Order: sequence, then structure tokens, then C-alpha cells
Amino acid sequence: MISHIVTVFWRDWIVLKRRLTRYILARMVSPILYLIAFGWGLGRNITMTTGSYLDYIVPGIIALNSMNICFAALGTPVNMSRLYHKTLEEYLLAPINAFSYVVGKVLAGVMRGLISSVIIIFFAYLFGAQLKINAWFLLALFMNCAVFAALGLVAALFMNSHEEMSNFNTYVLTPMSFLCATFFAPSQLPAFLYWIIEILPLTHASYALRQSSLTGEIPGLSLIVLAVYLSSLLWIGVRKMQQLQD
Amino acid sequence: MLELVGLTKKYGDRTALAGINLSVNNGEVFGLLGPNGAGKTTTIRLLTMLSQPTAGSIAINGLSLSHDGRQIKAVIGVVPQHLNLDNELTAQENLELHGRLHEINALERKTRIDELLEFVELSDRKNDIVQTFSGGMKRRLMIARALLHRPKILFLDEPTVGLDPQVRRRIWELVRHLSGEGLTVLLTTHYIEEAEALCQRVAILDKGSLIALDSPQALCRGLGEYVVEWEGEEHLNTRFFPERSKAAQFCNSLAVTATIRRSNLEDVFVELTGRKVVER
Repeated sequence: MISHIVTVFWRDWIVLKRRLTRYILARMVSPILYLIAFGWGLGRNITMTTGSYLDYIVPGIIALNSMNICFAALGTPVNMSRLYHKTLEEYLLAPINAFSYVVGKVLAGVMRGLISSVIIIFFAYLFGAQLKINAWFLLALFMNCAVFAALGLVAALFMNSHEEMSNFNTYVLTPMSFLCATFFAPSQLPAFLYWIIEILPLTHASYALRQSSLTGEIPGLSLIVLAVYLSSLLWIGVRKMQQLQD
Repeated sequence: MLELVGLTKKYGDRTALAGINLSVNNGEVFGLLGPNGAGKTTTIRLLTMLSQPTAGSIAINGLSLSHDGRQIKAVIGVVPQHLNLDNELTAQENLELHGRLHEINALERKTRIDELLEFVELSDRKNDIVQTFSGGMKRRLMIARALLHRPKILFLDEPTVGLDPQVRRRIWELVRHLSGEGLTVLLTTHYIEEAEALCQRVAILDKGSLIALDSPQALCRGLGEYVVEWEGEEHLNTRFFPERSKAAQFCNSLAVTATIRRSNLEDVFVELTGRKVVER
């Protein structure tokens, strides 16, 4: 099973390696714009009780950026591979189990998310952010990447057109990008919206990254929530792959 | 080796395959012939576990498809109708991926990839991204990929569809070569000449039903080996004869110009269904 996971990962690594420089350059654009707009621009006029606004939003930017990167890494490519290129059949016809495929793909998505997060962290330090990178921060980052890579995979396996994938992005990911504790605390929202936001995975990714990087505390509850999301999405992904294999 | 019993596939109210029974022998090149929508690709999808039958069973080498899926996947090679190579990988990487998925060890994988790229005449393009390949090259690479793990049975779904005559002949040569090495091949086609050129036995499918099964020669003999054709007032008339002399005799008795030719599988299909395999 492990060799199959490695193989699925290997394929995505080969493709990424071929365009790694272009990939890294492209991943620099959004973080720089976020840091300029929200860190330098808007952030100069915002005073926080604890630290600077830049320190507050960097974990949020990392969370939302890794969410988008990991979802996009699997969402559209796997959906196209299933519906148009039919390359998913290569895996369905091979004597491998669905779990190996799902885990291999999710890890490939995580790899892209981690690369883009390293770029943001690098620029955040350049912009003067004071982040403490510790094991809990890295664990929270990994979990966030894995949750959204798995969500991208599940969406790709369920959605039956490119348009549906695009709609999923518009109605699910975009609202989360802005509302899930990325740029401001959800407690400032009306109560009904606050409770909805509180159960979303990106909120807990932002909480976990912020708590671990600003205070060094263990973000226990948020990590548990992310773990529940991840295991649920992996299970759904495996079940759906098994049905495709049938 | 391969046995289909009462194989049925329904999509809602529509029956794509209606209780097919057939068996394919070891080392045989067996053809599924029929027009588009006859159920050929449905059969291949069922045989390769990409779809589940509504009823009936499939056994390969004594293994049941419903219980021994993973073992069966290890002994079948599949070349689907659509070009499903990974366009972002090179030819070699496509084969490498397949070899790794089938757990072929690194040393054997390398040797086998080199052999097969040589076999399908793509050695000089092995490091090129597949996206730059022509349709014929992609089809050849797909055949190489399907053979990499040394399958016992090869499924070819419309292997030459959309290819020019020269490339089609090259694919036929490959199939003949594989057959000569003892590989069992099941291919689907709607090209009459392809079925006649390659297949030892042919099953003719129409609207999901098996309407004839025998060698191409026997099917034609059953109809009459020679056919006389002459223009009628509304359509082309045909009549079949077991011997050329009798066909010639009949030809001479006609008041209009007629031609004599050998019967083919198209004639068998027209006689059985009243339609041509490829409607023009």
C-alpha cells in the first residue's frame, strides 16, 4: 500500500518538479499583494491589543492561501482527469486500493500547499512580521493543507462539470477566505453567522496557526476539529473512489 | 480463459447489454463487431471493472470478476478507445507510472520499458511529453503501457478508430505479433476489414444482443461465399451462392449488369439486421 501511495505522489511530484520555478514565482504574487494591502496599507491604521495587525493577519493569510492552493492542486486536475482526459482510469484499472490513491493525491496537494506557505512566511518576515514557527504551527499548517486537498479531491470526484467545480469555489471557498478568522475575529459577526463560521475548517486553521505562532500554546480544540474534517473527507474520498472502481 | 454468462447491463430502462454468453479461448484473437451503440464498449467496461453488470457473471482464468477484482486487474491489459495517457508526463514516465502501480521492480521495469518502447517504435521519443505525440503514436504507447505488466489477456477497444490507414496497418501488425506470442486478445471494432484481418472468431453485437458468433470465414460461408449484386429500381439487390460457378450462372441469367464478389462480415450483419455496420 505504501508503495502505491508513493507512486501516486511521485506522479504529481514529477509534474511539479518540471515547472517548479514557474510555480514558485506564481505563488509569490498573492502573498505579496495581501501583505502590501492588508499589512502595510490597511494594517497601518488598525491597532491591536496584542501585537501588530500584520502579526494577526499573517496566520490568516497562510491559512487561506494554503486552502486555495491545496484545493486547486487537486480539484480541477482530478475533475478533468475523471471527466475529460480519463486518466483517472489508469488508477482505477491498476491493482491498487482506493485509499492509496486518495492518500497519495492528498499528500501531493499538501506538498504544494507547504511550498506556497514557505513563500508567504519568507515574505512575512521580510515585511517585519514576528511569527514563532513551532511544531504545533507546522502541524496545524499540515492539517489545513490536508483538509483542503482532501476537500478538493472529494469535490472533484463528485462534481460532474468544470462549471460545478467553479461554483463550488465561488460559494464555498471564497466566503470562507474572508470570513473564517483570516482578516478579523468572527466574534465581530452577528451571532447566527458567528456560529456557522465557528464550525468551518478554515476558522480552526486560522485559530490554530495564530494561537501557535503568537502565543506558542497548543491549539488543541482546533487541531481536533481539523482532524475530524480530515478523517471524514478521506473516508468520503475512499468510498467515492471505490464506487468509481465499481 | 474468459467466460461471460448472461452478462446484462441496464441504464435505467435502457438495456445496453442483454444477457451475453460467450467464451474466449487462450491465445485467441476474438472480436466484438457491431455498430456504434451495439454494446461493445459497455462489454469492455464490464470486463475491466469500470462498470458493474446488472446481471450475469464474468470469469477470467477461473477467477470471478465480482470476487477477485485485484487479482484480475493484475492479469489484464486495457487499451481504451479514448486516448487516456497522462499528457503531462513523457512516454517513459507514463510507462514508469504504470509499472509502479503494478509493482514491477525497478530493474525489470527499466528493461521492460526499453523493450516495449522499441516494440512500438517510440524509443527515440521516450523523453518527450506525450502531449506532443500524434494520435497513432499515443495509441502505440497505450498498447505498450497495457503490455508492461505482462498481462494474460489484452482488451483493445476500437484500437484503430480515427487513425490513418498506414498507422492502422501498423497496429494490426502489433496485434498479430502479440497473438503470435500467445497473448489472448479481445478487441472491439466497427471496421469489417479489421475484424476479418485480425480475429479468429467474431461475435456480432447489435443493440446489446449477440446475434452471431463464429470465425469470419464460417459466418460468411453460412451466408454463401459469393455474392451477386445488381442495381434494382429502389436499392441494390444481393444474392448469395456457395460457389462461384453458381453465382456466375445466376449473373448471366440476369437482364441487367451484375457483379460477383466474395461475401464479408458486412453482408452477414446486413442479412441479420437489415442495416449496415457503419451507416453511410
